[in-house]
Amino acid sequence: MTGWAMALFQRDLRLSVRIGGSALVGVLFFLAVVTVIPFGVGPDLNLLARIGPAILWIGALLATLLGLDRLFQADREDGTLDLMMMAGRPLELVILIKCLAHWIATGLPLVVAAPLLAIFLNLDPVSMGAVTLTLLVGTPALTLIGAIGASLTVSLRRGGLLLAVLVIPLAIPVLIFGVSSADAAIHDPVPFLTPFLILCALTLIAAVVGPIASAAALRFSAD
Amino acid sequence: MRSSLLKLIAENLTIDRGGRRVFQDLSFSLSQGSALVVTGANGIGKSSLLRTLAGLVPLAAGTIRLEGGETDRLPQEQAHYFGHQDAVKPALSVLENLRFWQNFAAASVCEDFTGSTLSPSLVLETLGIGHTAHLPAAYLSAGQRRRLSLSRLLVTPRPVWLMDEPTSALDKTSEQQLLGIMNDHLASGGLIVTATHTELVLDRVETLHLQAADPAEQAPEEALL
Amino acid sequence: MAFWDYANPTRFLRLVQVVLPWLIGFCVLAFAAGLYMAFFTAPEDYQQGNTVRIMYIHVPAAWLCMMCYTVMSISSIGTLVWKHPLADVSAKSAAPIGAAFTFMALVTGSLWGKPMWGTYWVWDARLTSVLVLLIMYLGLMTLWRTMDDPIKAGKSAAILTLVGALNLPIIKFSVDWWNTLHQPASVVRMDGPTIHPDILWPLLVMAVAFTLLFFVLHLMAMRNEILRRRVRALRMRAASVSRPGTAAATAQPAE
Repeated sequence: MTGWAMALFQRDLRLSVRIGGSALVGVLFFLAVVTVIPFGVGPDLNLLARIGPAILWIGALLATLLGLDRLFQADREDGTLDLMMMAGRPLELVILIKCLAHWIATGLPLVVAAPLLAIFLNLDPVSMGAVTLTLLVGTPALTLIGAIGASLTVSLRRGGLLLAVLVIPLAIPVLIFGVSSADAAIHDPVPFLTPFLILCALTLIAAVVGPIASAAALRFSAD
Repeated sequence: MRSSLLKLIAENLTIDRGGRRVFQDLSFSLSQGSALVVTGANGIGKSSLLRTLAGLVPLAAGTIRLEGGETDRLPQEQAHYFGHQDAVKPALSVLENLRFWQNFAAASVCEDFTGSTLSPSLVLETLGIGHTAHLPAAYLSAGQRRRLSLSRLLVTPRPVWLMDEPTSALDKTSEQQLLGIMNDHLASGGLIVTATHTELVLDRVETLHLQAADPAEQAPEEALL
Repeated sequence: MAFWDYANPTRFLRLVQVVLPWLIGFCVLAFAAGLYMAFFTAPEDYQQGNTVRIMYIHVPAAWLCMMCYTVMSISSIGTLVWKHPLADVSAKSAAPIGAAFTFMALVTGSLWGKPMWGTYWVWDARLTSVLVLLIMYLGLMTLWRTMDDPIKAGKSAAILTLVGALNLPIIKFSVDWWNTLHQPASVVRMDGPTIHPDILWPLLVMAVAFTLLFFVLHLMAMRNEILRRRVRALRMRAASVSRPGTAAATAQPAE
């Protein structure tokens, strides 16, 4: 990474570690979601094992959405975003790096917490590994797609809820293939690799579309 | 005499904000070593003009060029914007804040403008906030934050400075210091566009006075959308 | 003056005034013919009986909810690439119409499904995709409503529309993967339609009628939106007359 990219990456990582422990809040929310599910569907361990990957994926999706509204808003409020657009660096790359830092600060902890939470859901080691692997590959896509929503709602005072509404339809494919490939590893109705590779492809597509669309939205929102 | 190669040229600038025409067909040119002071009543569009030059407000019509500047960079990428917002992150230390901008913002130098490339700690020292370098920026007073924000302009050389009310939140001594810095920038071949209410004692000043247009000159009703 | 030169809303309004009565006339005729055919000439299904006639509403509505999104996507390109304000107006006024047709497709689909599947809702691939589309329409409308500045709102919505257009095939593909229960598409095929002409003709006439209806509603909504924006602009001007708002500038070298 060149100097400016590294500087941005470090800054964003530092900020998210120092302010409010956003990683911790995300993981706590993830834990809370996973905890309430058995209260809803009952403590049947077989049922939980069957729907476990889905619960973990939905929990991760919601936890990711939760932290996204501050992705650009904090920088917009204090004028940093204006200066970033004038910095002479490609805005798409700036966004990609910000997303990477954001994912490491908030998405990666969810991936790390997933095997632990999988124990609550009675997942066996294979499915535990499969879910964790799919989350590792899939959650970056959620952050990148979410960045589009974050940049569209950046000027709104309370954009968090709208962000979720805008992003969830776009995130459905990621959810489908994340859960499918986790299920495929357990029940094998289809080979694990088929949905898993599609999931990888979705992440790569998101890595292109997300920054381009967000950059366009941020440019238009400047005023 | 220095050769006046660097030239900021604005032609027929027209901008609309929120469906309202802020100004129309505004042209000026500013050559190296001089400052353009934009004056006018509140709400007339001084800030809008600066933000337009900074590339933050889209132009409805017109062009902005920096003649003699780097050809592969947009004018706003060769400019520093010093606005109302400080862009200071309270959670980072003063030095971390400054180092980030030093590394992140691309420097822009050319034949006629070399500018100052001072080290961050030296700049903080010059501006009288050297003792705060390792403190989180959250502990700075408004004036100190302002000076930290100003120090950004000194660690990355860029020929054009766009300064919106640069003297706000500064006391008399800091104001004098700011004027000194601005004059140094002009002397080294830079350009300054500033909007201000107070008199600024700068070396080579041109003024641009914005005033209200005759309402009759506005766009005809049927063209409204 | 560039902003005003790109679009000529006045000319557009004049055009609407001329075209609209004709369009409404054709639309009424097409509906009369289509409904007559659907109710009286089209045969009953030997299994589904009269309920099959829901198809003559359901299929055109489903067709329109896709077409409307296409219109919005093209308009969005107009907004972003050519910065044409009319494109913006077109996309904005198409969204509620699209949402309404999508809703209609969903309701008729589930009503039709009740006798077929025994329940109003199944998570069938097509219904699910249409439901996702409805959420996207509603999300777009909300985005438009929450932003004050119509120009910025238009640009944001245009970006979201295009990202959505890019995503719709992916969503469709994912949902199909997730659940493949429904019969494959049968109206348009490379080897020609397989539906019997007695059913196909009323279906096509109804599709034409619905398409005309869409254009009638769309033109009306665009006209209203243009007038609404004019009112907004006039009010804004009324507010700014008393204070020095719109400015012209004079540069005076003071050396």
